[in-house]
Amino acid sequence: MNVAKPNSYRSGPDERGHFGIFGGRFVAETLMPLILDLEKAYTAAKADPAFQAEMNGYLKNYVGRPSPLYFAERLTEHLGGAKIYLKREELNHTGSHKVNNVLGQIMLARRMGKKRIIAETGAGQHGVATATLCARFGLECVVYMGAVDVERQQPNVIRMEMLGAKVMPVQSGTRTLKDAMNEALRDWVTNVHNTFYCIGTVAGPHPYPTLVRDFQSIIGNETRAQMQEIEGRLPDSLVACIGGGSNAMGLFHPFLDDPTVEIFGVEAAGHGLTQLHAASIAGGRPGVLHGNRTYLLMDADGQIQDAHSISAGLDYPGIGPEHSWLHEVGRVNYLSATDDEALAAFQLLSKLEGIIPALEPAHAIAKVMELAPKRPRDHLMVVNLSGRGDKDVPQVGDILRGKK
Amino acid sequence: MTTRIDTRFAELKSQGRSAFVTYVMAGDPDAATSLNIVKALPKAGADVIELGIPFTDPMADGPSIQAAGLRALKAGMTLKKTLDLVRDFRKDDNVTPLVLMGYYNPIYIYGVDKFLTDAKSAGVDGLIIVDLPPEEDDELCIPALKAGLNFIRLATPTTDDKRLPAVLANTSGFVYYVSIAGITGAAAADANAVGEAVARIKRHTRLPICVGFGIRTPEAARAIAEKADGSVVGTALVDALKNSLDAEGRATAKTVNAVAELTAALAQGVKGAQQAAE
Repeated sequence: MNVAKPNSYRSGPDERGHFGIFGGRFVAETLMPLILDLEKAYTAAKADPAFQAEMNGYLKNYVGRPSPLYFAERLTEHLGGAKIYLKREELNHTGSHKVNNVLGQIMLARRMGKKRIIAETGAGQHGVATATLCARFGLECVVYMGAVDVERQQPNVIRMEMLGAKVMPVQSGTRTLKDAMNEALRDWVTNVHNTFYCIGTVAGPHPYPTLVRDFQSIIGNETRAQMQEIEGRLPDSLVACIGGGSNAMGLFHPFLDDPTVEIFGVEAAGHGLTQLHAASIAGGRPGVLHGNRTYLLMDADGQIQDAHSISAGLDYPGIGPEHSWLHEVGRVNYLSATDDEALAAFQLLSKLEGIIPALEPAHAIAKVMELAPKRPRDHLMVVNLSGRGDKDVPQVGDILRGKK
Repeated sequence: MTTRIDTRFAELKSQGRSAFVTYVMAGDPDAATSLNIVKALPKAGADVIELGIPFTDPMADGPSIQAAGLRALKAGMTLKKTLDLVRDFRKDDNVTPLVLMGYYNPIYIYGVDKFLTDAKSAGVDGLIIVDLPPEEDDELCIPALKAGLNFIRLATPTTDDKRLPAVLANTSGFVYYVSIAGITGAAAADANAVGEAVARIKRHTRLPICVGFGIRTPEAARAIAEKADGSVVGTALVDALKNSLDAEGRATAKTVNAVAELTAALAQGVKGAQQAAE
């Protein structure tokens, strides 16, 4: 790529929300005053020690942080190369990394006096985290979820309802995450006066990609300290799955300026990159959707194409704008794993480590299976185990028994 | 630079009349029928035509216009064919202002400079691009103004007095006031609230102000026409079109007339309005 290398990979975005050409604020005028307010509120909250202190209290006692950095001994032995550590985000309350960001956004919403929270969700992990914190703080919660995802992630739909959220199945378009986001934006435009939109990933109009990244960066910051404590040095490589890319950005961002750390993002290659998939960087190009410019899957006319992944959480035709930039400047290597590779990794981790991963991080494990054997035994590889697989057990069970 | 939009609003002002602005989706339900509909609009009383550019993910549109876009895409509509439609329309009509309305991505992918050249030569007068607020003016607004096209901005109930100057700074042709916080075709606009909003915007600009979102009937169009320089109807026309289609969503012998008849009724409503004194 012919893009100049910056002095730091961690200084973005600029004041207009751009990471290179990516990012920005491509929203309807109705929403513009709201996202400017949000930016102001976030800037003020960041500078307020009381905000951070309150958040740290909930992160420790409600979410259960820090999450462990666990040496996966049997997986390491099995693959016969790099020493593999799992960052155990699946042990957080609600079962994934999503809660880190939701906690931050709900606390912002409270500061802004918003009483009604809306969210989009794919796999349901972000929806569950949002429903959970709305229950905790007594806020109204409406979650938009594609009708296809409602079907394949039933356990999470039931959880959200038990937590008091209203789940709205979205019938428009492809009836997956992209359409859930369209519908959430339509709700927000309609209910601007009392509603806070809690976006689940590092995408959307500025300042969302930045604030979600900042709330998720606790993953990488903890990893850094934990690895120092266990091994006395930095890791040599990081691996994480990417739909919108929030768990990956949370792990990667604190290490971007450490040149010895190799970084790998893993997109969902679905049935394969020449067929239906959800790998925006591998198979897309820059375009504008959902408030930002980023890599998107689209046709020659700029119409957004259907994504496909076995994992509802990765089934999105775009990616966070900072990832698009990190790809263009060459700091992060973006790979992809197919449905079949993810299924194999799902089973391998379950059997070797007694940890059933969500299908999303199973994509990251799938690439660890390729990368680790090629690296020496003193190579320290961290993979973000971003969510637990309980929600996927019925779906994977059906597939393995040959029902689907 | 004077566009057909400027000329038309000057004429209407001298006649003491409010403009009737119609929205239809390009290529709905197919390119040929769509061209016939667009041709029928001025004869039925449309003063300005807004032509939707179909897009898969129209974030600010309600179910009717979402479905219209998908019908058009399914029938093979593209941005290039939308410009072809405008060019064909211009063969018989060189006076009715025509504005393209849609989302940025198809234009970005077409290429901004090439799009502006092609749109201008096809006979497009202005652009309304929903997801380009003033914060992104460098993308398309400034180049469009340089190319001699009007860039019509949306002002909304959330656009306060502090923000209005920024919204109006590079706006030309007219201002499109979105009468409700919401998506197209959702709630009904309250004429009194609209009157206050129009008066507020008029304190910041001399441009004509057209009001849209939530106007469905001749009576509603008339009420808005008494408060503003123009009223925009979209969803009601798109619904009339849809109700004329056969079970497979194809055009029937009734389709063009269904849109033309409702346009005529709405235009009557607007023309019956007592224009508010300036």
